[in-house]
Amino acid sequence: MEIPKEKLLEIYERMATIRQFEERVREEFAANRIPGFVHLYAGEEAVAVGVCAHLTDEDMITSTHRGHGHCIAKGVDVKSMMAELYGRATGACKGKGGSMHIADLDRGMLGANGIVGGGIPLACGAALSAQVLGKDNVAVSFFGDGGANEGSFHEGLNLAGVWQLPAIFVAENNGWAESTSSDYSVAGADIAGRARAYGMRGEVVDGLDLFDVYEKAGKAIAAARAGEGPTLLECKTYRFYGHHEGDKQGYRSQEEVQEYRKNHCVIKNFRARTTDENVLTDGELDEIEERVAESIESAVAYAADSPWPEPSDVTEDVYVNYKEVL
Amino acid sequence: MSEERELTMGAAIREALHSEMERDSTVIVMGEDVVGGAGSKLPDAEDCWGGPFGITGGLAGKFGRNRIRDTPISEAGFIGAAIGAAATGLRPVAALMFVDFFGIPMDQIFNQGAKIRYMFGGKAKVPVVIRAAIGGGINAAAQHSQCLYSVFAHIPGLKVVVPSTPYDAKGLMTAAIRDDDLVFFLEHKRLMGSKGHVPEESYVVPLGEALVRREGDDVTVVAIAKMIDLALSAAEGLEAEGVNVEVIDPRSLSPLDGRTIVDSVEKTGRLVIVDEDTPRCNLATDIAALAADEAFYSLEAPIKRVTPPHTPVPFSPALENAYIPSEDRVVTAIREVMAA
Repeated sequence: MEIPKEKLLEIYERMATIRQFEERVREEFAANRIPGFVHLYAGEEAVAVGVCAHLTDEDMITSTHRGHGHCIAKGVDVKSMMAELYGRATGACKGKGGSMHIADLDRGMLGANGIVGGGIPLACGAALSAQVLGKDNVAVSFFGDGGANEGSFHEGLNLAGVWQLPAIFVAENNGWAESTSSDYSVAGADIAGRARAYGMRGEVVDGLDLFDVYEKAGKAIAAARAGEGPTLLECKTYRFYGHHEGDKQGYRSQEEVQEYRKNHCVIKNFRARTTDENVLTDGELDEIEERVAESIESAVAYAADSPWPEPSDVTEDVYVNYKEVL
Repeated sequence: MSEERELTMGAAIREALHSEMERDSTVIVMGEDVVGGAGSKLPDAEDCWGGPFGITGGLAGKFGRNRIRDTPISEAGFIGAAIGAAATGLRPVAALMFVDFFGIPMDQIFNQGAKIRYMFGGKAKVPVVIRAAIGGGINAAAQHSQCLYSVFAHIPGLKVVVPSTPYDAKGLMTAAIRDDDLVFFLEHKRLMGSKGHVPEESYVVPLGEALVRREGDDVTVVAIAKMIDLALSAAEGLEAEGVNVEVIDPRSLSPLDGRTIVDSVEKTGRLVIVDEDTPRCNLATDIAALAADEAFYSLEAPIKRVTPPHTPVPFSPALENAYIPSEDRVVTAIREVMAA
């Protein structure tokens, strides 16, 4: 295994943070402590973490409505995330964005996004900035199988192909766009094959295997940094929960979900492989789980204790400056 | 002498782009055919268009293809990329060509660009200028003749400027590029060739400041873009009848300088608004509501709005001439409020 031990521990911590964060968000939402609605990333952790493990704070990502995992993988502070979900003034976006709009540009997180496929052209823009300014940074756009059918996907990939942008497009194919299967809604054999149409590399990735994601994303990102243009990665993955919390999931069986939880859990499988190969120990990983549990607990306490935004804040942050008279 | 120098509005805009690109290396220009001839095998194809109206010609030779980029015909792609680039350190000026094309990139404009700053709690800025041609009068029919600025003015997070003189065009473009928010810069097709005094040096016309183009005591006429010419000409004609018309050019529709308009209405007691945009929920309606809210007790006559009918823009000159507000209609409206 070529991944250094320190990196493996960091990867595990990020995946465990996402899983525990999402399980806790589910409870908090069920208890009516989180307003609005939430889309949980549990089950898909290997994709966000395997890709973002190669990125720096100066590399930008765009995300989706299912964005908590990408935020954590990119290093956004879970306290500010939980406070944002709670709608508090201390949230990552001061309570103005909520679950679907968490952003932290200092960490290179250009926003979750409530519009399917909406982040793809934005990521092209972040890649354009790097290209114009002569930096070796890259931009990664995460989107789902649903997003791959939007016009913004096709326009974004064409533009990236034309300008050879340092961009990586990561299709997270979890099998379902809301309640519609990707078998039904994605024409053609797979999303990765669409890369050929735009003159870029395309690859199918086992999104339920951290090591496969890490390796293929690493190559794509290194190529983009080296000026070799964009790549489309299709990560086949699975979400453990419904489209949103409250989704009764009449489109798939609970047996199927249980099968994935039992045999295709990215965290379990990562632990099994690293401990079987004697690279990491159960003790080290248990310690991480405990540390993560404490951080989630304190994030919830922080959120719950944080003040609500002032009603007068509603008119702040629309513009940098706006000189309307009357 | 600089005082006597005259430029067309198009040349004034080009001069602003040129000097801002020179001043700030993060300013880039992108859009369909903004240079022209990309990928052509002909030796002289470079810069063969300079934009559909020739405004961006000559920039590529000076600043290079890295900073002035022809895009595919892909408005959602490149407008979105301009917004993403603005959030990550550049100041793109993106050319949408005809404003009528806004439907294609609209999600990127109103759900992304306009809302990024707010949704992110003020932790991002989107310094983009989107240039687009507006207006009728060239028989370009329903999909190449609209104004549509009311759509953008409606959306929080967007700014909208509409110059009516070459002087304002240069100063507003300079201000728009230096502005840290997303600014729509709308260029009326029938004003692009109009000439006027433009200083050689750089200057800024601040966003959100209306200009009183003509002073008068009897009636206030607010007119936008090409409609300013009709209002000024109507005012000249009515002078002989002893009617003193004040003509206001808002120049900036969002933010809107309501103070200048309300002050004028309080002075004259009468208001006519001339707007080439379709009548429902347009700027004329918005300005009428503002005057009704803020200057009701000064009004001596009902507010009149002169607009096209609630229809698409027709093609045939016979129909289009009937569609676009005419000077006659402006004169009639002014006489009506004077008679009330």
